[in-house]
Amino acid sequence: MGGFRLSSGGRVDRSRRMDVRFDGRGLQAHPGDTLASALLASGEDIVARGFKYHRARGIYSAGVEEPNAYVHLRQGARHEPNARATTSEVFDGLCATSQNAWPDVRLDIGAVTGYLSPFLSAGFYYKTFVGPFKGTRFWMICESFIRKAAGMGRGIKVSDPDSYEKVNAFCDLLVVGAGASGLAAALTAGQAGADVILVEQDFELGGSLLSQPVGGVCDDWLAAVKSQLNDLPNVRILTRTTAFGAYEQDVYGLVEHVSDHLQAPENNQPRQRYWLVHTKQAVLVTGAIERPLVFANNDLPGVMLAGSIQSYANRFGVLAGQRIVLCSNNNSAYQVAVQLAHASADVTLVDARPDMPQDVADMLAKAGVTIMTGKAVIAAKGRRGVTGAMIVPVDKTGKATGVPVRVACDVIGVSGGWSPVVHLWSHRFGKPRFDEAAAAFVPGDIGGETVQCAGRMVAAQTLGERIDSGIGAAKATLNALELKPSGTSLPATPEIQLDTGWSQDMLAIWAITDATRMTKGKAFVDIQHDVKLSDLDQAYSEGYVSVEHLKRYTTTGMAPDQGKTSNIITLARVAELSGKTIPNTGTTTFRPPFTPVTIGALVGHEHGEHFAATRMSPIHDWHMKNGAVMSEAGAWMRPWYYPEGNESLREAYIREAAHVRKHVGIVDVSTLGKIAVQGPDAAEFLNRVYVNGWKTLQVGRLRYGVMLREDGFVMDDGATARLGEFDYFMSTTTANAAKVLALSEHLLQTAWRDLKVHVTSVTDQWAAFAVAGPKARDLLQSVLSGADISREAMPNNHFVTGEIAETKVRLHRMSYSGELAYEIYVPSGFSRHVWGCLIEAGKAFGLRPYGTEAMGALRIEKGHVAGPEIEGRTTLKDLGLAGFASSKKPFVGSVLKDRPVLVDPARATLVGLSVKGETGAVAGSLIYGAGQPKQGHGEGWVSSTTYSPALGHPIALALIQNGKARMGEDVQVVNHLENQTLMAQIVSPYFFDPKGERQNA
Amino acid sequence: MIRIDCPVCGIRDESEFTYGGDATVVRPAMGEAALKPWIDYVFMRDNPRGAHREYWHHVVGCRQWLVLERDTLSHMVGTCSLARDAA
Amino acid sequence: MSHYSAFSVFRNALTGNRQWPRAWRDPHPKPEYDVVIVGAGGHGLATAYYLAREHGIHNVAVIEKGWLGGGNTGRNTTIVRSNYMMPGNTMFYERSMKLWEDLSQDLNYNVMISQRGQYNLCHSPAQMDAARRRGNVMRANGIDADLFGRAEVKRRLPYLDYSASARFPIHGAIFQSRAGTARHDAVAWGYARAADRQGVDIIQQCEVTGYIWDDGKITGVETTRGPIRAGKVGLAVAGHTGHLADMAGLRLPIETHVLQAYVTEPLKPLVDTVISFGAAHFYVSQSDKGGLVLGGDLDGYNSYAQKGGLPMVEHTLASAKALMPSVSRLKLLRHWAGVMDMSMDGSPFIAKTSIDGLYLNGGWCYGGFKATPASGWCFAHTIARDEPHKDNAEFTLNRFERGYQIDEKGVGPQPNAH
Repeated sequence: MGGFRLSSGGRVDRSRRMDVRFDGRGLQAHPGDTLASALLASGEDIVARGFKYHRARGIYSAGVEEPNAYVHLRQGARHEPNARATTSEVFDGLCATSQNAWPDVRLDIGAVTGYLSPFLSAGFYYKTFVGPFKGTRFWMICESFIRKAAGMGRGIKVSDPDSYEKVNAFCDLLVVGAGASGLAAALTAGQAGADVILVEQDFELGGSLLSQPVGGVCDDWLAAVKSQLNDLPNVRILTRTTAFGAYEQDVYGLVEHVSDHLQAPENNQPRQRYWLVHTKQAVLVTGAIERPLVFANNDLPGVMLAGSIQSYANRFGVLAGQRIVLCSNNNSAYQVAVQLAHASADVTLVDARPDMPQDVADMLAKAGVTIMTGKAVIAAKGRRGVTGAMIVPVDKTGKATGVPVRVACDVIGVSGGWSPVVHLWSHRFGKPRFDEAAAAFVPGDIGGETVQCAGRMVAAQTLGERIDSGIGAAKATLNALELKPSGTSLPATPEIQLDTGWSQDMLAIWAITDATRMTKGKAFVDIQHDVKLSDLDQAYSEGYVSVEHLKRYTTTGMAPDQGKTSNIITLARVAELSGKTIPNTGTTTFRPPFTPVTIGALVGHEHGEHFAATRMSPIHDWHMKNGAVMSEAGAWMRPWYYPEGNESLREAYIREAAHVRKHVGIVDVSTLGKIAVQGPDAAEFLNRVYVNGWKTLQVGRLRYGVMLREDGFVMDDGATARLGEFDYFMSTTTANAAKVLALSEHLLQTAWRDLKVHVTSVTDQWAAFAVAGPKARDLLQSVLSGADISREAMPNNHFVTGEIAETKVRLHRMSYSGELAYEIYVPSGFSRHVWGCLIEAGKAFGLRPYGTEAMGALRIEKGHVAGPEIEGRTTLKDLGLAGFASSKKPFVGSVLKDRPVLVDPARATLVGLSVKGETGAVAGSLIYGAGQPKQGHGEGWVSSTTYSPALGHPIALALIQNGKARMGEDVQVVNHLENQTLMAQIVSPYFFDPKGERQNA
Repeated sequence: MIRIDCPVCGIRDESEFTYGGDATVVRPAMGEAALKPWIDYVFMRDNPRGAHREYWHHVVGCRQWLVLERDTLSHMVGTCSLARDAA
Repeated sequence: MSHYSAFSVFRNALTGNRQWPRAWRDPHPKPEYDVVIVGAGGHGLATAYYLAREHGIHNVAVIEKGWLGGGNTGRNTTIVRSNYMMPGNTMFYERSMKLWEDLSQDLNYNVMISQRGQYNLCHSPAQMDAARRRGNVMRANGIDADLFGRAEVKRRLPYLDYSASARFPIHGAIFQSRAGTARHDAVAWGYARAADRQGVDIIQQCEVTGYIWDDGKITGVETTRGPIRAGKVGLAVAGHTGHLADMAGLRLPIETHVLQAYVTEPLKPLVDTVISFGAAHFYVSQSDKGGLVLGGDLDGYNSYAQKGGLPMVEHTLASAKALMPSVSRLKLLRHWAGVMDMSMDGSPFIAKTSIDGLYLNGGWCYGGFKATPASGWCFAHTIARDEPHKDNAEFTLNRFERGYQIDEKGVGPQPNAH
């Protein structure tokens, strides 16, 4: 090999040299280069090592299909593994290093695995590592070595310093691909007034036109079309943007590489931008990828796709080598040969077909190309790069019919035809169709309502055909969009010499072998995953005959390039082995993304604290200022406890709970779900969704209610107040608010359409505080005006409206803590003000805030159930709530709650545990009878635990089989995980003040 | 991406909706006391491979429950109506 | 040389790897079998293998409309674990775990069981309590489990997000050290090869088009390759159970949903265990080839299409970055989808149906892969003996009528929430 920069030509700016390094060595790089063209220009033959055998690998292509040239890009926190050199633009300061090689790619110790290759045949790990003894140990030892050897790039464990953003875009027409036909399509539609987005993955528009010599007719056409497009305000052009996936209903995922061509993003731009494009119509013009021909040592540095050699010469001004052998089975190599010869290379065209049209032969001869027909390359020669090609006469199937002759060369260009890039079409519509003439898969006949395909993607051959197909596709979409073509025309199609396409007279061969279909030396089908022809043959002979089996068994096509150059060859080989045609053998299932997409790009801003929305009470700031430790409750943040000094959680909650029982405390319960239930049938609605009856509830009163799921298990509980004749205010638990609302809406809009009821979430409109403790009334009387809350005037389950600090509030008298308690409902916007006034006024009464942990301690002392008990598998009976259920009316779940297993008297039911000793039990412990073995699922489990400040010892709530009948029994409370066994006595769950004297005080 | 033509809000992405399952199951009358109709309603599904009438809740939009016709094999979407108007 | 070992690999290498025998035959269907299993995924093949090995029933066919192992067996995220809490589940999955541990030797095929451990992260005190209950049930049933606090999790998995900006802070984790991953394709191939050696006919490219009925009893299947009579017919076609049950006139408590999986580009070792996020449905491990394998939630709607949408892709990747911020610059290589039988309580069915001669294995929800060995074991027992094994006794079709819902998550009869 030995690439070098030509003295002229190419689309790079030779006047500027950029600082670009590979493995520490400086490269000759100019603006307009890719990392691959800079590597090639600098004579870097070996840029990577193979996945399995660590063979030397060079640049193979000039695009997204590249199997070899993957590198580590950038350093530090911006390190990126598996960056494709062929599509990475150079920038000043670019620093790339090689992957999967030690000490480096030039001298990689791992290459010794090449000697072991006979033992590393297809599926060897399924056979070799069965292991000599039972268990998984043997394999896991082997695996630890295999894992280190596998993988490609090295990931890092540092957070990404760059940002990403997401855009939702809408348009009439999305054109994917800005080659000749895509540009023609975009211009045609744009001139007709369509709202067009044109997407190009390259940093320049033009596609294959960029690989034509600089200054030619193509450049004129390109310049004219670009200028016309730029004049159209209704055409948005996105370069450096990959359409990675096509999804249902004409939604496309795009990633725009906004800053990847810079050392770091500038001007507060994101690194990449994810576009979610919703379009009415799409024209896919994604081109075609050249196919290799397979022969022995076809992975040597210097073996390249023929078209890529042309691209490097014409676009980047880099000649991959001085002596080039082109091996081809189709006409597309003619033009390459001539142009390379014009670029001063010594070119030999080896054409597998026996004949060549005379006019072509004349043209090639005139350009100085040596021609060999009826022949092909059967092996590449060289150790670290190509030094020669073994050329042999071949028959129509690619089998050698004579003796190979060595031709000295430093580059072998291969062209086995072209594969249309049908990926996006296939994401949407599935299996493509095989076009016999082009010997390639093309889009099938479905999807035309919203998706048109054009250009090389539909195997259009000459430039004229490609441009016409682009125009035709655009016109079809205009028709669907009910827009008229404008009548303006495109510039005349440029005439290119030897613009032949590939399909005419193509000889559809894929591999060059000896007469027995073998190769001397490794012949790679999937160069990136080191899968050889012989691996396919072996897998087939072992019975892995379906393409799906064979791919998985050999891993062909599963590397980062996703088989862009290898899939069709695999299919062709299997077809040959099975004696079937390619379409009868199978197709590749194309799955998004087209090329790998950065995870961060699809995440956008939704990471860190923005991963999910955070809901905060309107009092949140006060909690933070006053030292609350917060905890998560679904999306909500709630004060967990307010430590004083160095208090632990335990010390704090015991103090807070005890304070409530002795003085007065205030807790923010704004997170409770609140639903306005309004309408003439509101009472009937409540009667149906709650297990208890609502028809007798008077205005001014409230009532506790329990709801079941449709399947009869307990779903939620809470209090509902009757504000007016047709106006109820329902509260739900924090966790279930959304579920209760959605179910209510569902029932009202489907099965219960006859009920005149509206349900509206008012959770965010109302803040709520519970003020609890013996001094609660005294405190509230000192601040409340406009209402009488005396014991006589306002018993439990009543509410009043009044004013606190000139703010209208509603006071519900109800108790969760078991103390004299009120819930104060305040419009959210005024709640911080009211809370502040209460705190201020409360000083005289010893008011202290308390958190959810103390709230939990208080409710456990009272035996109230909460989330840990209403865990989706418990019934009314299990929780001791059966008494609430009305027998006089049906309600949601009323029939299914009585299924046999659910009424089994032996079911675990709610009990209290008086836990012996000081340490206390932990929730999630299991219950076993005294003296019983501590095995199996146990006789029950501990749902909630606390130290009871009121009782002075630890207590717990538990669900225990046949629990109600076992009062007074001693049981073992076992936490196997943390090695704790405690004794406890089964008691009533209503530990404290079971008669409710305190809350009725 | 499934896009749903909400009769109230217009065409929106699926991420605005939550799925509510088969819309052909009929909830028994409130007074139904037999077990079987409730088992059928809550648990049993036709689960067709093809045309499906299904509930979607426009949960971050108009909060209406919708009935959408959609093919479970092709994901093609047909008409969409308000559940309260559905037959 | 049909026995696989390091020695056989060496011997075959000397002959250019051209002497390997076929892994399984490609037989024509016989007119009649003792048992026909529909579906040559892991479950169906395992069932056939255990029918032969454990019950001496060798005259068995496994028929498959596509290629063996081409459904969910080859589309999942390969996690194996036995951390189930509900009676009816716990010992079933532990049987599976025990079978996994010796499976490579049983089958003489390395299915790459890698017991690299699995962490279920907890993000609130309530989640820690729920994890403790689960872990205690596991321990008390002889299954390994550990509960770790935040500090221990941070020591073991330092690359997760412990910063103050983490939306859902990590409080701790429950860990099963025997859990891990297996090579999914190898499970299908290993069972296929072992079943084939027991005389089982594996008939691919053979689609069931109907049943053969005899006086209200099913006595075989009509297929695209002709009728095949059978003493008993077992369905093991998770994802398509609804379709095949419908042909038999059965209505089931199952919805079919689509679940996506994701893999990144291959990387040198980065994650050496299996981690499940507790704040969203998300899990990650790293394959032996080096790709990070990511799993997330269902797309959420009934679907038989093996493709999913972008909203779930975005959400799953966001979960990945929330859990492990350094994945941000890594690249997603591929995302694909499988169709799942989602049952109404999240647990499967392995049972005789109400139709004589028809047996059902399905409703696997997400959990089918890890269950493969025990599923085959128990289904074989149920078919051979006409009664369930004790480990699948609760996986009946009538459990909803009885009120015995095996609901590990406690979310109720909402298939897309399990």
